Amino acid sequence: MPWTKVYSNKAEFESALSDNRELRGLAYKDALLEATSQLLEADETVFVIGEGIDDSGGVFGSTKGLHLKFGRERVMDSPLAENGITGIAIGAAVAGMRPILVHMRVDFIPLSLDQIINHAAKWRYMFGGKVSVPIVIRSMIGRGWGSAAQHSQSLQSLFTNIPGLKVVMPATPYDAKGLLRASVYDGNPVVFIEHRWLYEHMGHVPSEPYTVPLGKAIIRRTGSDATIVAVSYMVYEAMSAADILKNEGIECEVIDLRTLKPLDAPLILESVSKTGRLVIADTGWKETGIGAEIIARVVEDGFGALKSAPERVNLPEAPTPASPALEKAYYPGKFEIAAAVRRAVNKG
Amino acid sequence: MPLEIIEKIEVKRLQIINERGEADPELIPSVSDEEITRCFEAMILARVFNQRALSLQREGRIGTYASILGQEASQVGSARAFSDDDWLFPSFRESGVLVAKGYPMWMLYRYWAGDERGMKCPEGLNIFPMSVPVGTHVPHAMGAAWAMKLKGHRKAAGVYFGDGGSSKGDFHEGLNFAGVFKAPVVFLCQNNQWAISVPRSSQTAAKTIAQKASAHGFEGIQVDGNDVAAVYKATKDALEKAKNNGGPTLIECFTYRLDDHTTSDDASRYRSKEEVEAWRAKEPLLRLRLYLEKIGKWTKGYEESVTKKAEESVDAEIKKAEAFPPPDPADLIRYTYAELTLRQKKEMKESGWGS
Ligand SMILES: Cc1ncc(C[n+]2csc(CCOP(=O)(O)OP(=O)(O)O)c2C)c(N)n1
Ligand SMILES: [Mg+2]
Repeated sequence: MPWTKVYSNKAEFESALSDNRELRGLAYKDALLEATSQLLEADETVFVIGEGIDDSGGVFGSTKGLHLKFGRERVMDSPLAENGITGIAIGAAVAGMRPILVHMRVDFIPLSLDQIINHAAKWRYMFGGKVSVPIVIRSMIGRGWGSAAQHSQSLQSLFTNIPGLKVVMPATPYDAKGLLRASVYDGNPVVFIEHRWLYEHMGHVPSEPYTVPLGKAIIRRTGSDATIVAVSYMVYEAMSAADILKNEGIECEVIDLRTLKPLDAPLILESVSKTGRLVIADTGWKETGIGAEIIARVVEDGFGALKSAPERVNLPEAPTPASPALEKAYYPGKFEIAAAVRRAVNKG
Repeated sequence: MPLEIIEKIEVKRLQIINERGEADPELIPSVSDEEITRCFEAMILARVFNQRALSLQREGRIGTYASILGQEASQVGSARAFSDDDWLFPSFRESGVLVAKGYPMWMLYRYWAGDERGMKCPEGLNIFPMSVPVGTHVPHAMGAAWAMKLKGHRKAAGVYFGDGGSSKGDFHEGLNFAGVFKAPVVFLCQNNQWAISVPRSSQTAAKTIAQKASAHGFEGIQVDGNDVAAVYKATKDALEKAKNNGGPTLIECFTYRLDDHTTSDDASRYRSKEEVEAWRAKEPLLRLRLYLEKIGKWTKGYEESVTKKAEESVDAEIKKAEAFPPPDPADLIRYTYAELTLRQKKEMKESGWGS
């Protein structure tokens, strides 16, 4: 399937294109733009709101020109007030709209946690299912942009802890488009976390609207010796690690998690029951992160399948440094993943 | 019952030296010639610091940088009004404030090159790290001012934020508290007309930002932010009031960001050249030169020697910044907690950091 394939760079996609003329290529950011544009076009209840959203840069390209096409009332540039705009989007959602709210960095979401955790995530429950809050909160994480402690975090685990929220982290252009559409129509509040390093990544993206279901992970590479469950950008690092390990005779199965909550535990369990070894590669911190949850699920429901203790690849237990020298030490990549797989294999 | 008016709001605007360098004869005596000269020299230093930062960024020697060009009067005039034992809470666009307060420039260059140690404020200065999150530091200043009041110190806090920052809940909550508790704090809004690509008119439907203080029960004043004498006097007056138990003041410095938002921005995408040029003609050093010349304090030679001195000291500071050794990898986790956790000890050991 062309859409399950991960192309690690443009050249790789272009060479695939020369084999298959039917593939339509689009960058991740353009896939998001196309999804949003098609939603605005076809559904009057959809609107987009965010700080500087109509800036001609267009949120790193992902909302570029939308205000010109759909007007400023549906592509709303907002005053600088993260908590306020989140509350406003939630209010509009309750009143029948499907807002797509953009917080340009995930670090700005904490400014609106009350609205998200105490309101958006709770209302369906508190009002006996009568009210829904179909809001999508798009946000970006990154790495190595010198943006330091308050501007380049990876905060997905804050949200996976909250019943009532869904958390999506697409790694490919195909998923970016399909998951955004599915999130808008999911009927629940969805935190949709993109990775800035993926914005220029190319992949196959059909031009017509389509959805990718929430809650479904996908196997990007099959293998028999170890399962690597990877999140967002780490999918690419995991694929590279799998290439390295192949040369050593270790075959890795790489799962792209795509949705962190609800977790596709069945797919992970199925893979681990085959490989017996588990490594999780996450963009965020280790303690109480998604890796901890994945390991817990596997231990609870598939303990007998494990041949060795699972491994996790995460950030060190510290905020993001500003210093380029420290950043280098801070971010793990394919080598750290490969080392973790080797440890898992050597242990048993 | 007829409708009665129960409150009227007045917003004053202060200008002492106009764009032609003419001073208001009644107001100008409140700022000494000596002070204005010091301000002029500090503004030159701030401008040189800023220019060098921009070139260092272009050469890849520092990271993204937020220019202060055009805002020197708002920054230097206000900063110089504070005493050294007051507490300042700057935002990321306050290099001019820090330079005017004597913050070591080499540390600022380190900071902008990506080094946390650059914000480790030296003893003797009470300056908080620059706030990169917009507006969230406004309540911090209120809290610090409250601490001073509780301790019985005759000190005040000053907080700098932009026109964009004034849209935030934190801004209103900070101001409201300060009004209710009569805290010794001066709120300095640097209204430079833009918040990245968002114009002032999209931030608020109010005519001024200064008037927002009225809703919180204290005075707000707009000053010509390109007139250093006006900024200095307004800040001095606000501090005098604050330290005599008169409560807070909001000062809106009406100025303009002549450069891009940061070095990663291109402002020509969203604002016209004409607008920028009209403001460039009002930039703060032009009028100050004219004024100082009128009172016999400015010559070309004088400015050249001030500039040369500024350039020499900035160059020396850059050398010092670049000679400073990079941080130790152990710094990565060393400062997360007061003590290392078990996990951190394990990480330190496994990575060989700190050994
Ligand atoms: C809480 C928060 N939201 C958004 C941003 C992104 N951002 C950085 S600067 C800026 C504009 C700030 O405008 P203003 O307050 O007028 O200050 P100026 O940059 O003009 O000095 C924005 C939106 C941020 N840093 N922090
Ligand atoms: Mg501004």
